[in-house]
Amino acid sequence: MTAAPLLTVTDLVKTFGEGDTATRVLRGLNLTLAKGEMAALLGPSGSGKSTLLTILGTLMQPTSGAHQMLGVDLTTATDAALTQFRNRHIGFVFQFHNLLPDFTALENVIFPTAIREGRETAAARTRGADLLTRMGLAERINFPSANLSGGQKQRVAVARALMNAPELVLADEPTGNLDRASALQVMELIAQINRDEGTTFLISTHDEKIAATCQRQIVVGDGLVTG
Amino acid sequence: MLYALKIATRYLTASKAQTALLVLGVAVGVFIFIFMSALIGGLAEFILSRTAGDISHVTIEAEDTTPALLLTLPGTVLLVQETATETAKLREATSFVPLIEALPEVKAVSPQITGAGFLRRGTQVQQMTIVGLEPGRESAILDLDGYLVAGDARLRSGAVLLGRALVQDMGLVLGQTVQLQSSNGVTAALTLTGIYQIGSGGGPDRRMAYVSLATARTLFAMPQGVSRIEIKLFDLYAADAVTLRVEGLTGLPAKSWTEDGAQLLEALKAQAQTGYFLKTFAMITIIIGVASALLLSTYRRRPEIGIMRAMGASRLFVVGVFVTQGALIGVMGGLFGAGIGYLALLPFPTRDAFRSGTLPMDITQGSYGLAITLTVIGAILASILPARAAARVDPVTAIGQ
Repeated sequence: MTAAPLLTVTDLVKTFGEGDTATRVLRGLNLTLAKGEMAALLGPSGSGKSTLLTILGTLMQPTSGAHQMLGVDLTTATDAALTQFRNRHIGFVFQFHNLLPDFTALENVIFPTAIREGRETAAARTRGADLLTRMGLAERINFPSANLSGGQKQRVAVARALMNAPELVLADEPTGNLDRASALQVMELIAQINRDEGTTFLISTHDEKIAATCQRQIVVGDGLVTG
Repeated sequence: MLYALKIATRYLTASKAQTALLVLGVAVGVFIFIFMSALIGGLAEFILSRTAGDISHVTIEAEDTTPALLLTLPGTVLLVQETATETAKLREATSFVPLIEALPEVKAVSPQITGAGFLRRGTQVQQMTIVGLEPGRESAILDLDGYLVAGDARLRSGAVLLGRALVQDMGLVLGQTVQLQSSNGVTAALTLTGIYQIGSGGGPDRRMAYVSLATARTLFAMPQGVSRIEIKLFDLYAADAVTLRVEGLTGLPAKSWTEDGAQLLEALKAQAQTGYFLKTFAMITIIIGVASALLLSTYRRRPEIGIMRAMGASRLFVVGVFVTQGALIGVMGGLFGAGIGYLALLPFPTRDAFRSGTLPMDITQGSYGLAITLTVIGAILASILPARAAARVDPVTAIGQ
């Protein structure tokens, strides 16, 4: 049985600059991700991985092509609609965790929900604390995020990405800045959540071993999916 | 916006030293605003109390009882010497006093009999203006009580109040009897019961003799009526309107102080405008200070703004965070500046105790509420530009920084 597609991109083109200085990063890329899939995005530097993730995350619009997720055409949506869509349906994990340094671990985790609700609700605090406990950070819930180790910060970032129970989590080199033990720990957590909650993950990585932990490997080269 | 308030508060408390400096900068601006308000307001109060404050704001004065029709023959010049041998009367005017007093704008009413006369002591003679005041209303217009340097301001029958300079010139002492002769030729022996000094003790101190209304009636052979009614108002700028009301009410000719005080009014207006300029500059300083500090904060927090946007924060939310920061800085700076402004003004004498040589600061005219309100509005306006810059941050670029 084939799982229903979560997102589809068709003939995706992204060009930066104009005229002689124009650089075409994506050249008609096609991709479909199924619900509950855990896929690795592989490819050399400059192949277009990060650009693809940015477009899939609705942080950038393609130059041309179609981009649909959950049946919504995201290429024609307004900035406000994309912002709302991103908040409800997409989670991000960045290479450098990108936590808010003046906030505690829990405050960082519940940030996406607090934005949606307009305040920090008790329910959000409970879910945030649960997620941090699942990440093995029960002792660090009210720690200032600036005082956490690199691995702990990245686990907080994963918890934050999951806070609004999004259908899709995009992770751009989530283990690239971690030691081997921390990297494997983070990947184990991601795999567990994928299994338990059916969250779809698309993980950009250079690391073959990390990619091997995923069910599917998508290779991007020269702006196209090559494998 | 509750969550925007939390983030704004956290950002401000995260950089305590920077926030403290910013708030201090705003507070200094507010302090200058309040200080200038108190100084300009106090100065105006001082000038008014020393000029228009001691004069009648609306005066009902009797017209000359014997207006002369002067005819000159061609080729001749007629010289007329004005004399004040006959005091003009407002026969029925005293009956209007309660009516005038009932007007809400009126602070005090003083029926008076005035006229020319001479003060004699032995061979010394001094030309005087005699003013008869009703006992109990001695300080209704001119604050005789406030200017008294010796004796009692109460004008009993047979008492006279004279200026200090005249008393010194004629070698008089308190309790001494002097002869006061009116232009009608009536002489009265009066006791010097009080000595006043107005300002540095110039003209009025040598010219004015204050007696009771009863004494003045005797001196000017005026058994009824008065020669003028002086009216003091709560708001002297309302004089023109009240003059018309008094004329309508009494049918008597009334005159506003502004007819002769136009230059003073102009000077006060110019002074007030100077104050507005200074206060505007203080406000501009606040706005520039807040705007530059928040712009710097926007630049420093670009990556965080990028993360917020990536997590689904709308542009409006980002604007809200920075505008709230501006508002909080405005509130804190406004309250702090108003507080230190008030404390700095406390040592200055109150408006009732203004004296020559002291800085006429009026603590009640610090415009504290206005200063705080304008500061908060100014700080909010100042934060709009940085807030819009923050909302325009491209999350992809900012996160990559």
